[in-house]
Amino acid sequence: MREKIRLVVQNIGLPRIIIISFLLTLIFGAVVYKIPLDALTTDTLVRFGMNGVLVLAMVPCIQSGTGLNFGLPLGIICGILAGLISIEMNLVGFQAIFTAMLISIPLSAISGYFYGVLLNKVKGSEMMVGNYVGFSVVSLMCIGWLVLPFKNGEIIWPISGKGLRTTIALTSRYDKILNEFMSFKIGGVVVPTGLILFFFMACFLMWLFMRSKTGIALKAVGDNPRFATASGIHVDRARLIGTVLSTVIGGIGIIVYAQSFGFFQLYQAPLYMAFPPVAAILIGGASTRNAKISHVIMGTLLFQALLTIALPVANKLVSEGNLSEVARIIVSNGIILYALTQAGGGE
Amino acid sequence: MSEMNVKIETKVIQKPDYRKKAKQILLENIVPILFIIICLIGVKLAKQPPLYILNELVARVARNSFIVLALIIPVLAGMGLNFAIVLGAMAGQIAIIAVTHWKITGLAGLLTTVLLCTPFAIIFGYLTGKLLNKTKGQEMITSMILGFFANGLYQLLFLFLVGTIIPMKNPVLVLSAGVGIKNTIDLTAVKYSLDNIFKLSMTKTMIAFGVLCVAVMIVHLAYRVFIKKSKPQNMIKYLVYTGIFAAIGTVGLMIMNTKSVYNMVLLPIVTLVVIGLLCLFNVFIVKTKLGQEFRTVGQDMHIAKVSGIHVDKVRVIAIIISTVLAAWGQIIFLQNIGTLNTYGSHEQVGMFAAAALLIGGASVTKATIGHALMGTILLHTLFIVSPQAGKNLLGSAEIGEYFRSFVAYGVIGVSLGLHAWKHQVQSKKKTS
Repeated sequence: MREKIRLVVQNIGLPRIIIISFLLTLIFGAVVYKIPLDALTTDTLVRFGMNGVLVLAMVPCIQSGTGLNFGLPLGIICGILAGLISIEMNLVGFQAIFTAMLISIPLSAISGYFYGVLLNKVKGSEMMVGNYVGFSVVSLMCIGWLVLPFKNGEIIWPISGKGLRTTIALTSRYDKILNEFMSFKIGGVVVPTGLILFFFMACFLMWLFMRSKTGIALKAVGDNPRFATASGIHVDRARLIGTVLSTVIGGIGIIVYAQSFGFFQLYQAPLYMAFPPVAAILIGGASTRNAKISHVIMGTLLFQALLTIALPVANKLVSEGNLSEVARIIVSNGIILYALTQAGGGE
Repeated sequence: MSEMNVKIETKVIQKPDYRKKAKQILLENIVPILFIIICLIGVKLAKQPPLYILNELVARVARNSFIVLALIIPVLAGMGLNFAIVLGAMAGQIAIIAVTHWKITGLAGLLTTVLLCTPFAIIFGYLTGKLLNKTKGQEMITSMILGFFANGLYQLLFLFLVGTIIPMKNPVLVLSAGVGIKNTIDLTAVKYSLDNIFKLSMTKTMIAFGVLCVAVMIVHLAYRVFIKKSKPQNMIKYLVYTGIFAAIGTVGLMIMNTKSVYNMVLLPIVTLVVIGLLCLFNVFIVKTKLGQEFRTVGQDMHIAKVSGIHVDKVRVIAIIISTVLAAWGQIIFLQNIGTLNTYGSHEQVGMFAAAALLIGGASVTKATIGHALMGTILLHTLFIVSPQAGKNLLGSAEIGEYFRSFVAYGVIGVSLGLHAWKHQVQSKKKTS
């Protein structure tokens, strides 16, 4: 019996057990405090869909052996830029959002290519270098947002007519367009069908890609670069593909995120945007060397449910301050630390 | 004929040798040289009065150097840049909040803070060291994430546990609801308690410094020649150093006699002496057995292990020293600033200290006191001039501010990248 329990614990992993029990406690708390569960479920579903694509962006990077992609802000910046261009072109609705995605792909692909070349030069410390690449790109683009020649009144500051706003509302463009596509209501729960469909479709495409020849090559490189070289796979090329793919998905991810959030956030906002996806995929059971689609779905659901339910419960518990935000910091960074200690620690 | 050939050959060989050396020196110091140029351009663009820049610079260097110097020992031990000095800064802030609560003022308050923060810093450093031993090869990212993680715990402590679990009734510090520490705390009790002990004008300091150093050089030389009876080997070096120190003194004397505005620049002597002592400590520790062990571990962990060094223990000690120094550094910083931003003062400490060290020309594997001091001066010159320079150049002060955060992040990124790249090239050479 004890052996069996140990096996189950090993299979699910200790941190996941802690987080699931924490989540159950929170749900119990929500019931006790009589917080309407259907509204919480709706929120959880929305946040699951809007963050999912960003979490998915971690998969190709981890698979190809470059570790957790802390340089995700690079893709995010490209996505934001593409989104702004679609507004500048004065497009509305589905046309606008898909144009934004289409524009973001070449932008992300080019920057992802250079990022990938860099990561190939710094094998072994990709995460640290990637992190600072992300940080420097975000702060460089802060200057960029001030000087880019956008003309549309929705984007630039109204009075000075120079520089871009810190948040750009999408109300008249494609605010919640995916969320409301074919959405329906069960009881009090609103299901954002379009959003979740989009996410699952992206997951499915990724799943297919991972089973293609290139995808298997990617995985081989991530598992064992020497073995991959011996079997005639270009290690550097596979890593490059993984990084480019990750950056591209990051760019699309932020557009999905923004349409649900209702705003594009500029300037310092993308600085720490790589951390929640990293934490989510790790909570889902991924390590710095292995990630599956199931980890993405599981992790996003757990992490976002945790955040959604923690907020009202924490507010009932302590009315002052923002306890759920503190819980988010501790949980997300704690899980990253745990994953780092598990990744070939010791020697 | 053959003789001539040989002569020509030697000449040909010798000439590029010098050039090579010069090139090497230039390449090794390319980062500080680049930043000196950027700073000079910034100073020129900003058009601020030099007196203002100098005054600001003195204050900033005095309050920031200590924490930058705290980064050196982990680099020596091969652990890279210790971004977890954030934890040390937290220890310092915990102590300073306690001392403000107890209303101990002045120098006594400062000394109590230092005493109080040390055990906290030792514990934090020990835990950090243990964690970093579990993630060898990924120390920097781990220490950075650890900083974020600890920040969460720190917020939990001061926002929710103070007033509920930890009893504290102090309307000045605690929020009106009785739970949580206020966002900003006035540190009037310990403000300038170290800086204002003894202040001296810059010119007088220069004279005193020059005289003192020349005296030390002469005494040292005399000791060598007359007591140890050994012939001084590099007389030129002695002469050059004595000359430099004498020149500093003379320049000070000259400025003092000319009613220049620079006479008004006051230096916080005690703070500078404390920083000097830390420099001496860093020099001293390298020469001890422990310092030798740091360096051995930093060179090659396996060889260190084979030669009977407790690698893990040495690494933990390195981190503990660094954390304690960071805690003291944060206290020096806060007593100069005078207000504590409870939830923000420590956040960027690790990043800016690392950026300063790297701008000074250090790398992930090599850092000296010179790098730390030079880097602090350069980074803070950039900080002083960049908003105004941005405004004059592009009509927006924001651009300058973003530029300096870009520089801080960028220099860390580039230097980490270069180091990893060199490492990869070297390991490739080894295998092939």
